[in-house]
Amino acid sequence: MFEGITNALTDVLGSFRGQLTESNIRDGMGKVRNALLEADVAYDVAKAFCDRVVEEAVGEKVLKSLRPEQQIVGIVFQELVNLMGPVDHSIEVRRGETTVLMMCGLQGSGKTTTCGKLARMLKEQGAKPMLVAADLQRPAAIEQLKVIGEQIGVPVYSEDPAKSNPVQVCVNGRKAAGQQGCNLLILDTAGRLHVDDALMKELQEIDNKLMPHQCLLVCDAMTGQDAVKSAAAFNEALELDGVIFTKLDGDTRGGAVLSVKEVTGVPIKFVGMGEQLDKLEPFHADRMAQRILGQGDVATLLETA
Amino acid sequence: MGLFDKLKGALQKTKDVLRTDVRDLFKAGVILDEPKLEEFQKGLITTDMGVSASNQIVEDLRKKYLGRTMVLDEVWGTVKERLRIILVGKGDVAWDSKNPLSPLKLAESGPTVILVCGVNGVGKTTSIAKLAKLLTKSGKKVVLAAGDTFRAAAVEQLTMWAKRLGCEIVTKPSGSDPASVAFEGCDRAVTTGADVVIIDTAGRLQTHQNLMQELGKIHRVIGKRIPGAPHESLLVLDATTGQNGLSQASKFSDAANCTGLVLAKLDGTAKGGIVVAIREQMGIPVKYVGVGEQIDDLELFSPDDFVDALFSEG
Ligand SMILES: Nc1nc2c(ncn2[C@@H]2O[C@H](COP(=O)(O)OP(=O)(O)OP(=O)(O)O)[C@@H](O)[C@H]2O)c(=O)[nH]1
Ligand SMILES: Nc1nc2c(ncn2[C@@H]2O[C@H](COP(=O)(O)OP(=O)(O)OP(=O)(O)O)[C@@H](O)[C@H]2O)c(=O)[nH]1
Ligand SMILES: [Mg+2]
Ligand SMILES: [Mg+2]
Repeated sequence: MFEGITNALTDVLGSFRGQLTESNIRDGMGKVRNALLEADVAYDVAKAFCDRVVEEAVGEKVLKSLRPEQQIVGIVFQELVNLMGPVDHSIEVRRGETTVLMMCGLQGSGKTTTCGKLARMLKEQGAKPMLVAADLQRPAAIEQLKVIGEQIGVPVYSEDPAKSNPVQVCVNGRKAAGQQGCNLLILDTAGRLHVDDALMKELQEIDNKLMPHQCLLVCDAMTGQDAVKSAAAFNEALELDGVIFTKLDGDTRGGAVLSVKEVTGVPIKFVGMGEQLDKLEPFHADRMAQRILGQGDVATLLETA
Repeated sequence: MGLFDKLKGALQKTKDVLRTDVRDLFKAGVILDEPKLEEFQKGLITTDMGVSASNQIVEDLRKKYLGRTMVLDEVWGTVKERLRIILVGKGDVAWDSKNPLSPLKLAESGPTVILVCGVNGVGKTTSIAKLAKLLTKSGKKVVLAAGDTFRAAAVEQLTMWAKRLGCEIVTKPSGSDPASVAFEGCDRAVTTGADVVIIDTAGRLQTHQNLMQELGKIHRVIGKRIPGAPHESLLVLDATTGQNGLSQASKFSDAANCTGLVLAKLDGTAKGGIVVAIREQMGIPVKYVGVGEQIDDLELFSPDDFVDALFSEG
């Protein structure tokens, strides 16, 4: 299963030996499409991608080049990289004001953990972060953020959930940050479904009141075909500034990464590579393209093609 | 026109297509052709059931109806039948829809042990609370064991549920050996005469071998305290999970011999079709589905309802 795309590409190459025609290119790309689907690339993204590669591959230049097969594999890889870029890891923390980051996403995607990871990373870069426990819903969500805050030596602002609401916690959190000389505020919001209108409105309200410098969507990299739907809905509600994919330390092929980037146009900023708070890495489009393509080393494939 | 613009157009179209029911696609009297089959396959793929299961269904249709005039009920019947065959399996999992505990194998004597595992954030702890509610509602005395000693405030989370449920909970300090928590949970159930003990475990990705070995150890230790236990080893899956669910099912089964699936978060727009692939390739049945964050949001899995929902708009 994990060799899917590599195999597909090899098949493609096989079918290209000898005569290269539009029809055998199409056949080969059909296999690539299936392999992309097995990596959880969204159906329409996979289809459009393959159509596009066919279009480019049947171009004069490719067919008449010395090694057309090699060119086609190159196109597949390069297109994937292009689609997931350009990469933008920036999170600017300004002096003299409080930079606000808001995290949002589906239940269990990794928001609270990622708040901690970001705070830790930006603290190392000289920021003075404060975490805000704006999830008043999930049992022990506040406790969880407090434990994380303690682990990284970052203050956590929270209120009694029975007497407060998420918007109020965020507003008061910003005041507290000002008073304690913190210049970076990271809001941990409750997990919610993109189809839950009431909870999506609540997020928009926080967005309107706090005007965060960046709204970041936290997304589980194991998500299947539904990833595009939820990401598009969050983007529509909040105009996202970035996406962070978590749980890439497993064996998911991570096609959701390509799909979400493609459908929302929002840059992928970081990837979560473990549960520990130092396991946050900048996103690299070329590594992700290799991963989606499978275990096989694309570079070698390109050489032997 | 860039690829992105093209895609936006394509996606707009998808939205429209999905809005129209499968029934529209297979209108009675129309001839079934390859483009219609492809359109239908796309619908199947978007449920996350995977290329292989969807190929089977499309192949059924192709063989039976390609080039023929469609009779809607017949086509629809074929699709549902194939899915039912996959999901029901050998009929070893037919349970009583009136008895919410019927999918569970209960111990003949002494406490029943239910071990719950899965990757990070899928809904294990919440599903345990929901299951405990079902059990207590049926008059069973339940003990919870807070076997996630790793994640920040995981113990507190389960403790809050235990308080709400009014059931007993066994905990140890953060960082303790999870197997010892599981052991003590079983022990407590035996000594207090409880009917069921449910053991929470930390989320873990199936590729982390040390963590999978830890899970295997928990499984073994339980069996040492109560022979034949765990009676149920439930793997919780997130309904949004894509093809990685197969790898989860396979590797968690290796470590903890999974007897059933709980499909959580089915209240979103994801269809949870990956369970079709898992059932087909590994034989593990779905026992419950989670449909919300609240304590009563757990339902018995029904293949028929699930198949209907696979094709509903969302
Ligand atoms: N392996 C792995 N686990 C992760 C990663 N990021 C988060 N997790 C785990 O995923 C689970 C859920 O993480 P949380 O941070 O609680 O997720 P959340 O989005 O805040 O969840 P809710 O608040 O309930 O919606 C926890 O077990 C985390 O330890 C990652 O990059 N890799
Ligand atoms: N909408 C919805 N949310 C759910 C469902 N089940 C669980 N959740 C939410 O998903 C998030 C994660 O649930 P947990 O029960 O903490 O998941 P877990 O698998 O124990 O997580 P870790 O222990 O960190 O690996 C929480 O925000 C839950 O409220 C469900 O059926 N529907
Ligand atoms: Mg959280
Ligand atoms: Mg848990």
